[in-house]
Amino acid sequence: MDLALSDEQRLITETVRKFVRDEIVPLEADLDPDASELDPADHDRLAAKVKVMGFYGLDIPPEYGGPDIDIVTRTLMAIEMSQHRAGLYTPCYGVFGGAGLAQLFEANDDQKERYLYPTLRGEKHGFFGLTEPSGGSDPARAIQTTAVKDGDDWVINGAKIFISGADRADYGIVFARTDASRGRAGITCFIVDTDAPGFHVRRIVHTLRSTSYATELQFEDLRVPAGNVLGEVNGGFAIANDRLSRQRIPYSAACISVAVKAQEMSIAYAKQRETFGDVLASRQAIQWMIVDNEIDIRTSRWLTLAAADKANRNEPFRTEAAMAKLVSTEAGGRVVDRAMQIHGGYGMTKDLPLERWYREIRIRRIGEGPSEVQRIIMARDLIGGSFH
Amino acid sequence: MRLHLDKPWIPLDEANVARIPGQLGVYQLADEGGQVQYIGFAGGRSLFGLRSELRARTGAAHSFRYEVNMQYQTRYRELLMLHRGAHGELPLLNQAEPPLRLGRLG
Repeated sequence: MDLALSDEQRLITETVRKFVRDEIVPLEADLDPDASELDPADHDRLAAKVKVMGFYGLDIPPEYGGPDIDIVTRTLMAIEMSQHRAGLYTPCYGVFGGAGLAQLFEANDDQKERYLYPTLRGEKHGFFGLTEPSGGSDPARAIQTTAVKDGDDWVINGAKIFISGADRADYGIVFARTDASRGRAGITCFIVDTDAPGFHVRRIVHTLRSTSYATELQFEDLRVPAGNVLGEVNGGFAIANDRLSRQRIPYSAACISVAVKAQEMSIAYAKQRETFGDVLASRQAIQWMIVDNEIDIRTSRWLTLAAADKANRNEPFRTEAAMAKLVSTEAGGRVVDRAMQIHGGYGMTKDLPLERWYREIRIRRIGEGPSEVQRIIMARDLIGGSFH
Repeated sequence: MRLHLDKPWIPLDEANVARIPGQLGVYQLADEGGQVQYIGFAGGRSLFGLRSELRARTGAAHSFRYEVNMQYQTRYRELLMLHRGAHGELPLLNQAEPPLRLGRLG
């Protein structure tokens, strides 16, 4: 097994690293420490640069105009792209573009015309609506939102919570129960328009991630045409599950990215900060923290790249993705915590990005499936069967 | 936390501003009739938090009210969305600022 980067991978990662260092980090000096958006003029200018570099729309399949970069290389890029203050949740403030909702690549031609292509052109925005007040870790059982067939329409009633971007979206992908007797085989995925009667954004949900909020949604007799069923009726769980597994790889990469930057800051600070007549770097207590950071970073990095490699080869990668997600989110939290300890009082301030990463990386142990669920996924794959 | 910022208005003058904390948070400015003219926040770049933000606005409005809040970015957007939902547009002084990508509630 060759663990070395190819010449192309090395060139690409160095290019992204330079872009973050020269274009993104300087802009953050003038932004609010909790900002999540660039000035629109800066955003458009940098997005144009990324397009010239050939990296725009990384996750868009090449047949839809994406740059045809393999998953391992995209993961290496993701490890570079989040190395700035807002990077954990907003890598490079989105100037590398996005694929929108990946599920739409599996939509039928009519749905692609109405939702996918306008999304890729930046004309429409969507949200992903899975989690409900009754729970998010076990969607097959927790989904209580119902969809009942009525003529040519489906009528949806229920609620969703912790949904990002729904208040600004034109449409959303919503999962609802269409057969109460069939568990995970009774869930259907719908594309819903947010301007339809019966669609309500009930409230903003404020969290530790103070730069951006989630929303709580309510559906009251929301009518959705049968043509807006995504995939097969009662086939929604597979759509949700596939998305969750794939998303765990870039999710892990962003945590590593922040950890790498926190470690870099810690080493630099330890080498110049003096206490009791010598630099912090000379103290064994500090040395051990830096070594422990490096072990956490390297472990996370190799697990995540291993998951990306299997996904790239179209081999089953659910266990690898779950392991990468579990380790990188927990290890990333430890690295940021140690970095704050090394920086002392300054580590607690908004002068440095550490306090923002500390808040945001804590969410990562819950988002996209908490650590405990990742262990359940791996146990199922290792032992077999489905646990109740 | 209440959805609406409905605390009593305080006259916007130096003496009152001097008494408010130097913490992060959100604030509203109003005219003499109590109509909201501006919604703002004191973020991590504010030298003395709410106090310095409101001091800089002294003379720009009749009165103010504030809320200490570490989630100042999301609370700020929430207050703007609530105002736009109730009045159909942003407060007068916010309209002169660069447009924000706001969502809708309701």
